[in-house]
Amino acid sequence: MKILVCVKQVPDTNEVKIDPVKGTLIRDGVPSILNPDDANALEAALQLKDKDNSIVVDVITMGPPQATYMLRECLAMGADNAYLLSDRAFGGADTCATSTTIAAGIKKVGDVDVIFAGRQAIDGDTAQVGPQVAQRLNLPVVTYVQDIQMGDGKVTVQRQMEDGYELIEVQTPCLLTCVKELNEPRYMSIGAIVDAYKKEITVWNHEDVELDPADCGLNASPTQVFRSFTPPQKGKGEMLNGTIDEMAGALVGKLVEKHLI
Amino acid sequence: MAIKVILDKCKGCTKCVKSCPFTAITMENKKAVIGAACTGCGQCVDTCPFGAIEKADDGKEAADLSAYHGVWVFAEQRDGKLMQVARELLGEGRKLADAVGCELCAVLCGSEVDGIINDLFEFGADKVYYANAPELKQYTTDAYTKTIYEAITEYKPEIVLLGATHIGRDLGPCLAVRCNTGLTADCTKLEINPETKGIMQTRPAFGGNLMATIVCPNHRPQMSTVRPGVMEKAKREAGRRGEVIELHPTFAEGDIRTKVLEVVKSAKEMVSLTDAEVIVSGGMGLGKAEGFELLKKLADKFGGTIASSRAAVDAGWIDHAYQVGQTGTTVKPKIYFACGISGAIQHAAGMQNSGLIVAINTNENAPIFDIADIGIVGDLYKVIPAIIEEMDKVPQK
Amino acid sequence: MAEAFFTEQHELIRKLARDFAEKELTKEILDEVEETEVFPEEILDKMAKAGFFGVKIPKELGGQGADARSYVLVMEEIARVSGVASIYVSSPNSLSGGPLLLAGNDEQKEKYLRPVVTGEKKLAFALTEPGAGSDAGAVATTARREGDHYVLNGRKCFITMAPLSDYAVVFAKTDVTKGNKGLSAFVVDMHAPGVSCGKPENKMGVVGCATSDIILENAIVPVEDRLGEEGDGFKIAMQTLNTGRLGVAAQSIGVAQGCLDEAVKYAKERKQFGRPIGNFQAISFMIAEMATKLEAAKQLVYKAAYMMDTRQDATLNASMAKYYASEVCNEIAQKAVQIHGGYGFIKDYKIERMFRDCRVFTIYEGTSQVQQMVISGKLLKK
Repeated sequence: MKILVCVKQVPDTNEVKIDPVKGTLIRDGVPSILNPDDANALEAALQLKDKDNSIVVDVITMGPPQATYMLRECLAMGADNAYLLSDRAFGGADTCATSTTIAAGIKKVGDVDVIFAGRQAIDGDTAQVGPQVAQRLNLPVVTYVQDIQMGDGKVTVQRQMEDGYELIEVQTPCLLTCVKELNEPRYMSIGAIVDAYKKEITVWNHEDVELDPADCGLNASPTQVFRSFTPPQKGKGEMLNGTIDEMAGALVGKLVEKHLI
Repeated sequence: MAIKVILDKCKGCTKCVKSCPFTAITMENKKAVIGAACTGCGQCVDTCPFGAIEKADDGKEAADLSAYHGVWVFAEQRDGKLMQVARELLGEGRKLADAVGCELCAVLCGSEVDGIINDLFEFGADKVYYANAPELKQYTTDAYTKTIYEAITEYKPEIVLLGATHIGRDLGPCLAVRCNTGLTADCTKLEINPETKGIMQTRPAFGGNLMATIVCPNHRPQMSTVRPGVMEKAKREAGRRGEVIELHPTFAEGDIRTKVLEVVKSAKEMVSLTDAEVIVSGGMGLGKAEGFELLKKLADKFGGTIASSRAAVDAGWIDHAYQVGQTGTTVKPKIYFACGISGAIQHAAGMQNSGLIVAINTNENAPIFDIADIGIVGDLYKVIPAIIEEMDKVPQK
Repeated sequence: MAEAFFTEQHELIRKLARDFAEKELTKEILDEVEETEVFPEEILDKMAKAGFFGVKIPKELGGQGADARSYVLVMEEIARVSGVASIYVSSPNSLSGGPLLLAGNDEQKEKYLRPVVTGEKKLAFALTEPGAGSDAGAVATTARREGDHYVLNGRKCFITMAPLSDYAVVFAKTDVTKGNKGLSAFVVDMHAPGVSCGKPENKMGVVGCATSDIILENAIVPVEDRLGEEGDGFKIAMQTLNTGRLGVAAQSIGVAQGCLDEAVKYAKERKQFGRPIGNFQAISFMIAEMATKLEAAKQLVYKAAYMMDTRQDATLNASMAKYYASEVCNEIAQKAVQIHGGYGFIKDYKIERMFRDCRVFTIYEGTSQVQQMVISGKLLKK
């Protein structure tokens, strides 16, 4: 059985700060990381491999050449092979165009039984590419997966809902997007890092995956960024002073004054 | 609209390199080069002191979009009950439809949920597209995608709005690919461009650090998912009625490839953060799970509910359902107490529109104080009991 | 950063160690270790799984097949968060694994090194005695051969992890007339008759890694558990210590980095006279000095590791690195406490523990003075 995990290298947006004076992003020192939900997806695949050693776990990503660093990390966690879709023509893609490219890459990898992806990436938080890849491959999809039980030719999963979960049976091949409640991603190991640097990473451009440049990247993106801006900062409010009892009294006084209680 | 560098004007100052949130710009021969990671966000355009970076129109031929009319709202129902977000979408959809000058329609899928139809009219829908089939009783990606895709193909709406719920965020992307159009996720603001009549969708990106306004100029329908709790609910206009158009989806063997075996409702009390008027939220400063008991006491004083930051959820102190922020729920209660929450941007993204923000934190430099209306520097375990005591002194109305 | 000495592979190893330290070695866990003086087995198991116990030991022996630089990075990142945790990393990689790797035969490596590297067993390094510290030739423990076994008698002291260990590499005189040349090394089963531990020492720092005496009273050790030949002991001990001190050097730059991080954070947060104390030159210059010395120490450590990886003689550089890094670490810790003022003196702040933890770095695995002897000896020999 072959499991393919879709991963993405993202800037660690938790480390990003806004310059309070200029209102611009401070990006210095923000590391690029394996998208957290994707790490859960990879872990889910690796846990299946732990139980059945005949399972092959591959990872695929679309990104710039530097994304190999993240792919090595995936290999060092235990993935068998890594594929990088990298081409200037893929640049500027929205989710719609991204899903076309990744779907083409998955077709080229071939013979995949289950595709795992993270629920969403922290740089965009769209949660779109996973289900869109499934649509393009005409595969059934279950999003927000928080538990996986493999069966014969089918998978039973828990789909997280706002107020509980649904137990869903889905035929393979299929695509599942994973939430962080699914598992705790493992660490790499030093030996596996050493091995990861002995492996080849397969890099494909648009010709390799048989895509017309008109069908990828910016050219194939229905949505466009009209403008972007840092969110307006709210002005600093009032800091209360005095003893704790005085401050508590002042606070309640203000709430009464504002007719909030 | 691709980002282009005007080489003659580029002086090689590298300001754009530092400004790019996606590390997409490199310097080659002392000139900026836009790489494949570019998302077209335009931060560099504003940063360049020499006007050397521009957003260039690709000069694509505009498709014929004139066949598409009307604003559609996905009227998400669960167990025969209309979701709150659908009412919010109808409220927002009405504004958009008026700005475009078109009708507002609701799309309702389910099995024997006729009772909802009149609600939809009373919340402002001019038409209700109603798909009534046993296969639609429970949401499945395949059945709902097929039904709504066929309706879109036949009736050609220009705008489709869905709630960014676990269902809307599943259905939206599938529909967008089927319709070969764009979808903007988790919008917090929607406007109509008065010239093009196209929709301008604003959403937080980059972990809430950036706001991006997205357009979808050459594809129809224009699709958005909208975060629950952000838009104003439609007012009910009792007795208002409109036209019902029945959809008749048919399902062949193999059309629906997933089977819902069981629906398990969480035994936990249903957390309705979006409806709460007062929220008492806790973060790492609580130090332990038991701290939420104290917060609960304060919340009870206001008839409110408790919530948490992501850090407290990650620490395992409280369920994810209580999380407020970029990856949790967006809330705007009348009063939001942030207790022991540092106020990282991803948390702020989910609560900064609250009516009144009260921050309690031991660290006087915590960023939460920058967005709080009232700040108290102190140990929450001392401050909160003091507030509760003061509350007891307030005469009951 | 010292990119010059590192590859991308090393950076990924650093990332692994840093993520591990930040996620696993939380304040709660470290406070508990300090309180109970016991280090949680679950974390040791996770360290073993991540390969921290056999960083540069060949894969054939159950190790990870990486290099000295990788070892330095792991030590640095773990020590940055917890000094005591880094001792658990250093032991199998260095002092306890070292003698087996240097002098063990295939069976010995299989029997003793593999389980230590994979975390199943613990092994202590027992050289120091009440009357023999830096002067290894003065060891008084004896090993008398009787047929197919040796009988060991004597007392070892300050043996790190002794009460927790399954085995110990014990250095004992097989020929008391020969000084250094009479020293031999043995793997002793800590649960064998005649082998016992003293009361764990009540230490100033690195609490959570029990240190005690090992008492040998007619302890029987089979001949096949001797490492190398009779008389090889001194060579084995010295070679182990030569490379082993790189670990303490790495520990030092790790703890020093942790201290600097805390000092910088505090200097930005703490306000006096209406502004952050970091705005006062007295504080900011202290921080500048700390950072500069730390950077110099790092370069020494990284270079020594690089020389080992490129098969150059690193004895001198390892000594310099250990000497300078451990001294500078204490200096930085001291200044970091100073910057914290009164808060640096109470246990609520991390810096108090770091200050105590690093005190031993200039002492164990060759005091600063012994390192100075090694360094000057090399220079003045000719």
